[in-house]
Amino acid sequence: MSSELAIETQQLRKSFGAKDAVQGLTLAVPRGSICGFLGRNGAGKTTTLKMLMGMTKVTGGEGRVLGLRIADAGESTEIRRRTGFVGEDKRFPWSITVAELLRFTRAFYPRWRPDLAERYRRAFQLPPGASAGRLSKGMRSRLALLLALARGAELLLLDEPTEGLDPSTTEETLQALVSLVAEQGTTVFFSSHQLAGVEQIADRICIVDEGRTVVCDALDELKAGYRRVRLVFDGEPPALGFETARRDGRTLSVLARGNADEIVARARAMNARSVDVQPLTLKEIFLESSKGAES
Amino acid sequence: MLFPPNPSSGVPAYRQLIDQVRHAIETGALRPGEQLPGTRKVAEDLVMNPNTVAKAYQELEHQGVIEMRKGLGAFVARAGSRGGDLVQKAQPVLRSAMERMAEIGLHEEQMRRLFESELIHLRSRPRGE
Repeated sequence: MSSELAIETQQLRKSFGAKDAVQGLTLAVPRGSICGFLGRNGAGKTTTLKMLMGMTKVTGGEGRVLGLRIADAGESTEIRRRTGFVGEDKRFPWSITVAELLRFTRAFYPRWRPDLAERYRRAFQLPPGASAGRLSKGMRSRLALLLALARGAELLLLDEPTEGLDPSTTEETLQALVSLVAEQGTTVFFSSHQLAGVEQIADRICIVDEGRTVVCDALDELKAGYRRVRLVFDGEPPALGFETARRDGRTLSVLARGNADEIVARARAMNARSVDVQPLTLKEIFLESSKGAES
Repeated sequence: MLFPPNPSSGVPAYRQLIDQVRHAIETGALRPGEQLPGTRKVAEDLVMNPNTVAKAYQELEHQGVIEMRKGLGAFVARAGSRGGDLVQKAQPVLRSAMERMAEIGLHEEQMRRLFESELIHLRSRPRGE
């Protein structure tokens, strides 16, 4: 396995009793990238993040984080030391203030960056004297992110970092992640349902569906590969032999995955009257890739 | 000078940045010898991926549009890029074709789709037909 990868898993599995939460997940996330981890609710994202952090046991397959084996107890401790994690549940004790929490957390991390902590505390507008447990949902999310950002971690694993945030706070959060990557080469692996934000900052996308990887690729490659080709014929559209073709009257709509050229050439050979090629947004690619149990 | 790439255009973000820089040079917003903002600043200002910005700058350097000077950053190349000249030569051809299309009554979006499908047609020609 290569050390150029911050996260690498092969056929990773996790069962809870008879239920398979993750079944054969294969990921490759290069160091220094910002990777969006997408999937429907219950697709296995949170379970995967917890396995990577050693917070839940692996049932099968293997995985490495920063070159360290996730299933090895000693190496897993090292992973947690070098990785900042923000889970779904962002709750803090009521009795502690923001400033106290920062001082308390700092004691655990030798690479703590007080300058970053202060910068993000101001940017995220977190009052030092506020009681951490009484903060609003958006402020709790920002505080949790601040604690992960200021640790000087090599890798950030974030479960829904912008969930419940308003558009301007979302933008500030994305900007904080971008500057961290630009300044320190940190790798960011984050799950999200906010595809516009993912599309904005990620250079890599992994889509998981029913516990399996369906896409794990550079965003540019992904978007370059997918096209929707709309063909209009004079009569009933011919069967062009593409699985992803949908007929609607005289129109044939074909989803191209890296084969738009071939589809267009074949359509022209069959005398298509009109050929339209349109790009897909990340949202459309996501919807096409993660159909869950319905398909 | 630079603005956030449009995610729904179908053109990769780094390509859009390249086009923006080239356009800025063509319009004189950026002049030969002038410095471009650093990749980190662009990434932070536009809230986009720093690797994407770096990729755009590398490609621009490769095309001879900008020069990277060690420790100083990126500068617009003094010798104007030949790619720019070619584009300038081709522009009237496309403009007259587009004016004809507009006369026929094609909308902007129809032209864009037609252009993309013809690009694919051009790429597939040597193999097909």
